[in-house]
Amino acid sequence: MHPALSVIFFTTASGAGYGLLALLGLLLPLGVVPADRWFGVAGLALGLTLVTTGLLSSTFHLGHPERAWRAVTQWRTSWLSREGVAALVTYVPAGLFAMLWVVFDRTDGINSAFGLAAAAMAVVTVYCTGMIYACLKPVHQWCNAWVVPNYLALALMTGALILNALQHLWGGPHRLVGLLAAASIPLALWLKERYWVFIDTTKPPSTAATATGLKGPVRLLEAPHTEENYLLKEMGFRVARKHAVKLRRIARAAGFAVPLVLTLIALVTDGAAAKIAACLAVGSGTLGVLVERWLFFAEAKHTVMLYYGAVEA
Amino acid sequence: MTGLPAPQPGQKKLGLVIDLDTCVGCHACAVSCKEWNAGGHSAPLPDHNPYAADATGVWFNRIHSFEAGDGEDSRTVHFPKSCLHCEQPACVEVCPTGASYKRAEDGIVLVNPDTCIGCKLCSWACPYGAREFDEDAGVMKKCTLCIDRIYNENLEEVERVPACVSTCPAHARHFGDLGDPNSEVSRLVAARGGVDLMPELGYRPVNKYLPPRPRKAAAANAPTRLEPAAQIGGNQLLRWLDRALSR
Repeated sequence: MHPALSVIFFTTASGAGYGLLALLGLLLPLGVVPADRWFGVAGLALGLTLVTTGLLSSTFHLGHPERAWRAVTQWRTSWLSREGVAALVTYVPAGLFAMLWVVFDRTDGINSAFGLAAAAMAVVTVYCTGMIYACLKPVHQWCNAWVVPNYLALALMTGALILNALQHLWGGPHRLVGLLAAASIPLALWLKERYWVFIDTTKPPSTAATATGLKGPVRLLEAPHTEENYLLKEMGFRVARKHAVKLRRIARAAGFAVPLVLTLIALVTDGAAAKIAACLAVGSGTLGVLVERWLFFAEAKHTVMLYYGAVEA
Repeated sequence: MTGLPAPQPGQKKLGLVIDLDTCVGCHACAVSCKEWNAGGHSAPLPDHNPYAADATGVWFNRIHSFEAGDGEDSRTVHFPKSCLHCEQPACVEVCPTGASYKRAEDGIVLVNPDTCIGCKLCSWACPYGAREFDEDAGVMKKCTLCIDRIYNENLEEVERVPACVSTCPAHARHFGDLGDPNSEVSRLVAARGGVDLMPELGYRPVNKYLPPRPRKAAAANAPTRLEPAAQIGGNQLLRWLDRALSR
């Protein structure tokens, strides 16, 4: 599948934003993050900006961005529509949570409820994002049970890395956030590895024979046209697939190994060293997730390619 | 609405039956489709750089050619492919705006170009590659089963079939109601063992493909190889005599 940069940016940014939002909503009532209102301003502004720019960037690849509002109407059947609805609904508890915390300095009572509601809706939104891919039967590498857990775990991981960095910058780091960030990395890596094992070891259900209904080995003799077409450009992307092994190595290193080491350094040191380590973990993790997301598209093979010479998909 | 119409008993299911035994791969149906639809319901169907090396364009019908089988049983099969107007069209269900829909009255899957946001998700959800994006209009387009021909009372009745069907010189394309078990197309499917494409995905296409007929065994006395004709030499008269007497 062709990796559209706007979609890669969207899922990475909004995933991190929803992860951060969910953790703030969950951890503020537990007293694990600073209740300082300026910490609230920084954390919520960052979370909501990531979410909002992500959502806006996802409209850039539309043929008609001005009609994007229509996308909230078909939530009964469409995961894309459900994602849009969930994203908009999340703004309500998140907005109330932010207002009470930042404007009225309320971090308990009713605001705990808004925080928990925002956290729940953030999880729902990321779940919908994952399901957009997981419900597409023509793409074996997407239509499986590992996709949604991967999206959720990477949102948690990137959100936790950002929250950890913010806390360190605020000077009052709570060890629990550092431990949570450190623990989320192996979890996300394990799920990613399971996903890679799944796509490497399972056979997709369709073959050139089932696609054509013909008997025996089926080979493409002649494509319909001598030139490229929309289907080949959108579904026939091959550039990164040939570098998949190298790119997986980069994703493992930048997305998981380096952030884990840096987060552990931030846990055991203090002062400037801890601050720098926690911030670098965010940068490296983000880079790794961007590569991972690129691979998620590039390694996905669509059944339409069975009509263009692919043997199975 | 992207919800699918509730199935009714005796539901009309308009579709195509494509005979892979008789298709000669002439691409006339693809050209005829392009010609009709460039001016029809989904017009225009844009082409980019049509006279340059990297010409691209939107087509609703494309003809692929395959080799199937090995050795004596191998054959060349020309394989026209357009929208199959599935009974479980995921392309409709994933549409976030309701621009994609399946008609309750005849099962035709259509796109409303006025509400399509051009997110392309429907083209990802189609296993068959039936949908193509119109870069100029920013909306998705697809085969309409020539909805502007089949119900068009300005056309002669015999013309009220999809353009691809009316043009096929080999009579390899058939149009009709596959929901009616007694229709001509349904009987053809039953007689020839018509198949669904990628049945394992569960889209339940309405269009059916008739597999190539089994190869006929060679007659028992048929020569296994061609022998060269007797050497007659260069004499024109003798060669003429040989031909005349060989008749």
